[in-house]
Amino acid sequence: MRDAAQIVLLLVVLSDLAILGTSRLSSCIRGLAAQGFLLGLLPVLIAPQLSVHAVSLALGTVIVKAVALPWFLSWAIREAAVRREIEPIVGFIASQLLGALAVALAFAIASRLPLPALQQPLLVPVSLATLIIGFIVLTTRRKALVQVVGYLILENGIYLFGLTQTESVPFLLELGVLLDIFVGVFIMGIVVFHINREFDSLDATRLTELSD
Amino acid sequence: MTAEALIALGLLGITAPAVPGIAVKTKSFLTGRRGPPVLQLYADLAKLIRKGRVYSRTTTPIFRAGPVIALASLIVAALFLPLDGREAPARFAGDLVAFAGLLALARFALVLAGLDTGSSFEGLGASREVTIASFAEPTMFLCFVALVLAAGDLSLSGMFGAPLAAAWPHAGASLSLVGVSLFVLLLAENSRVPVDDPATHLELTMIHEVIVLDHGGPDLALILYGGALKLTLFGVLVVSVLVPRAGLSGLAALALLFAGLGVVALAVGVVESVMARVRLVRVPQLLVGAAALALVATILQLR
Repeated sequence: MRDAAQIVLLLVVLSDLAILGTSRLSSCIRGLAAQGFLLGLLPVLIAPQLSVHAVSLALGTVIVKAVALPWFLSWAIREAAVRREIEPIVGFIASQLLGALAVALAFAIASRLPLPALQQPLLVPVSLATLIIGFIVLTTRRKALVQVVGYLILENGIYLFGLTQTESVPFLLELGVLLDIFVGVFIMGIVVFHINREFDSLDATRLTELSD
Repeated sequence: MTAEALIALGLLGITAPAVPGIAVKTKSFLTGRRGPPVLQLYADLAKLIRKGRVYSRTTTPIFRAGPVIALASLIVAALFLPLDGREAPARFAGDLVAFAGLLALARFALVLAGLDTGSSFEGLGASREVTIASFAEPTMFLCFVALVLAAGDLSLSGMFGAPLAAAWPHAGASLSLVGVSLFVLLLAENSRVPVDDPATHLELTMIHEVIVLDHGGPDLALILYGGALKLTLFGVLVVSVLVPRAGLSGLAALALLFAGLGVVALAVGVVESVMARVRLVRVPQLLVGAAALALVATILQLR
């Protein structure tokens, strides 16, 4: 189980890098869905023994992160009729290199953190890397929808960090967090839809002009 | 240097032209065509060898030397690869740099020969080939760094030999990343589909093929054989990383290597049938992606 978890964590890093390198919104969202599915596998793989707690957390994660959110985001791009990010503020090659740097930085930081010995040593560096890459996506892309994707990657990083503590966090609290995110993204999706109808564009840089 | 290793190298040299043949056959099968026979390249080579040489008056001896230097450096590079998974015919600490250097020399010779014709098409192809190489070489060295860290040995014999097999249980994740990165490199270095299309013969879209447009007869035979040998060498790299064969007897290790080469050729054919080639401006991004994979693999080793 330990090796399987390690491979899943690596695949999470790869999905981060894939999202950084793609220009199509739909493949961005597919990458996010794949990442959500991988995150759903982790609670089961990490848990010392199979418990109801771990399985229900896995199910909840897969339903929200791998099915509901990607489905909703694809609905939003269909309604808003945006297909691809054409001019990110930082180019795709540069952002992929930034992503690789972020992974290096995350491993360097994680090895210096005074953490108790974990059974899964990759969990903390991968969570930090996902967090930083979420920040990169959030700050370097112009389209509002990709920024939502960046926010979700950031949240995935926090979720990964939370997995180090699955045994001590009550289950209801975790489901509550998942629900909060879902509602948050729902509202963002509706806002994005309205931005598109008002301004005929999802370019967030245009939102600096004030008008009544 | 043992006789056994040299015989293995000879076998590799003899089977090399079949490797692109398998890729082409796979592609034909998956796209519903019959395709040329797997051994077509042997027939092509036999035909080209018997032809006469024609040289343009504008070319210099550089043009004639190009194919010979390219093939010779590929053969010398092959000497450093441990085909039975233990010991290469030649080894020294740091021979991985010599290996990369010899591959670069092969490319340099062909590019110079192409430029020597004075044709603007060859110039275009040369500039594209060198651009892609400038992204492919750092990726290759990053892969090698990860392998050196895993095996703790600075020679290709060590990197792909027994130390690598010993490293697999605790570094499997990192090594499989290196394998994937090397496979992308194989596609890019050998002008296969997401980067270049070996089937196309339109000068404006070609990369590798366009450099050798003015070569004919025995020279073209050398170039075609060199291309097949280069594909095979990269195939050996991929197979050696993913399937460590140090524990097996010499014969079993060789059999596994050739089976692995067949699988790599199949994979190349499958990639060619399911993907379109990417636009030229996106090729660097593909290779930077492969470099990012290799970098993550290296970081995992450093941990």
